[in-house]
Amino acid sequence: MLTVRGISRSFGDHKVLDEVSFDVRPGRMTGFLGANGSGKTTTMRIVLGVLAAHGGAVSWKGAEVRPDNRPDFGYMPEERGLYPKMKVRDQITWLARLHGVDRETAQRNTEELLEDLELTGRAGDRLEELSLGNQQRVQIAAALVHDPDVLILDEPFSGLDPIAVETVLDVLRKRAANGVPVLFSSHQLAIVERLCDDVVIISKGRIVANGSREDLRTRHAGERYEIVVEQDAGWVRDVPGVTILDLDGPRAVFESAPQQVLRAALDRGEVRSFTPVVPTLDEIFKEVI
Amino acid sequence: MARASFSQATWLVAEREMKTLVGTKGFWIGFLFTVVGLFALTVLPTVFGGDDPKVAVVGSASQAVQGKALDVREVGSVQEAADLVRADDVEAAIVPDGAGIKVLALNDPPNSVIRQLVESPPVELLDASAVTSGQRSVTVIVFGLVFLMFGMGGAAIAQSTVTEKQTRIVEILVSTVPVRALLAGKILGHTILTLGQVVVLALAAPIALRVAGLGELLGVVAPALGWFIPFLMFGFVLISSMWAVAGALVSRQEDLGSTMGLVMIAVMGPYFGVQFFYENPAVLKVMSFVPFTAGVAMPVRLFAQQAAAWEALLSLAILAVTVVAILLVASRLYTGSLLQTGGRVKLSKAWAPAE
Repeated sequence: MLTVRGISRSFGDHKVLDEVSFDVRPGRMTGFLGANGSGKTTTMRIVLGVLAAHGGAVSWKGAEVRPDNRPDFGYMPEERGLYPKMKVRDQITWLARLHGVDRETAQRNTEELLEDLELTGRAGDRLEELSLGNQQRVQIAAALVHDPDVLILDEPFSGLDPIAVETVLDVLRKRAANGVPVLFSSHQLAIVERLCDDVVIISKGRIVANGSREDLRTRHAGERYEIVVEQDAGWVRDVPGVTILDLDGPRAVFESAPQQVLRAALDRGEVRSFTPVVPTLDEIFKEVI
Repeated sequence: MARASFSQATWLVAEREMKTLVGTKGFWIGFLFTVVGLFALTVLPTVFGGDDPKVAVVGSASQAVQGKALDVREVGSVQEAADLVRADDVEAAIVPDGAGIKVLALNDPPNSVIRQLVESPPVELLDASAVTSGQRSVTVIVFGLVFLMFGMGGAAIAQSTVTEKQTRIVEILVSTVPVRALLAGKILGHTILTLGQVVVLALAAPIALRVAGLGELLGVVAPALGWFIPFLMFGFVLISSMWAVAGALVSRQEDLGSTMGLVMIAVMGPYFGVQFFYENPAVLKVMSFVPFTAGVAMPVRLFAQQAAAWEALLSLAILAVTVVAILLVASRLYTGSLLQTGGRVKLSKAWAPAE
């Protein structure tokens, strides 16, 4: 598990991160959400050791991360970049070897990844000859080729068409299934909603929500319920302490006193459904930041 | 977990730098230019300058030119000979003048012709050096040019550093290997390439000298050339670490010009310094111990047999110490500026400890 505890960082007088803490658990996809300028990239850079923290610590498997015991990171920076004039295959293999992978494994991993990312046909081309979408896939390959211990991906899906998103998603899920913790930032909430197991939401340098996706939704569900009965549900508004939010024939959305409402409903006849209303990530996001 | 060691990382970076550079046309054009230029510099003077002077000879004057190293053309009259001189077909005309002869020339006394016609007195050189001043000036130019070419070639290090900053691959590199390994790999890669080129030139030099008919000079050139190589290599490392910093201080190729100035001075300084002062033994001696100029000045002094081996060793030691010092400074500046983007990074900011 990768643990971030109490990380702070300032640029000049501007405090960018304030006591940031969260976990990235093995085998899970953790979505890192935040508006532009909220501190996502700074956090990721600190986790990678590219930037120093002004306080706090990052730990891997319980031990504080230092330059000599860093886990092997797979990193995809926000500002994409590889060598424009280097051939795709050479470039990926070289990066794997720079991570300490031996030549044969590096070559094998490269071929497998290029195959998975549907880039085999472009392997001999120079990076600059590829379309931006394909360059993005090469960038993913660069982050994965050395079988990293931890994946840190800054906006891995931006700039990809829906089909490419699926391709990349498959590749990432495979890694997560093998027990690799994956932290990825995004501002595309729909993707995160569909994809991540855990969610960390950052706003103005502070963590404002943090937990598994289901957990978070339940926690932010509040006292809001939806009931559907046989007949008109207009009577719900007469139950003491209840606030009606929405009323539409047999369906009512209300806050507070759920048990009383349910009992009254059962007294009146059949209850078709009774559920706490779970907010979407989008709603939670807007609520917490 | 697998992790590249410092030396593995350094070598991988060096290998990539070499492959990239060798794959460019510019590298081969530059190298070819150097080889051809040096051959031309040593061989051409003997090809063009080796012909006997052409003269026109009239009548009885022909006896005076018999057996002399002159390209003689006999003509019928003095008038005809004078016309040939005016038309620049011959360098001079030798015509009868009373009992003796007279030399007609256009506007300068034709020394090369006169030297053939007079009996020179015996000459004894008190300071008999194996090298003539002409040979020395050629050596100065050759050593200076080679140093200049390779020193400027180091600019490729600055370019490759800026490329990494501009494309931001530097973030991936820095999160993977120590910054020092990046710097060391770049310097190592470019130094090996330079050494390779120098070895080729060193092997070609004896051939060039033989072709030029200067085979006997080989015995004098060889030791100086032997000294020149370590001086050149140390000098190259010194300059390449500066090129690396020049690259790390900026974020875009377009801004590179603003930081390259100082390094260019460090490269051109020795070249012009030695060109101007090689005939001034005192200045040359000082320059042969100053790290930046030593690379050219000391081998030139050794060639002219003005310096003893211990002086060369001392100078090399000073150079080596300077290289270590500059490398340490450069490594700190490189680390301090590599991840800073935006405009040009100030030296003081690059030097400051990481926040």
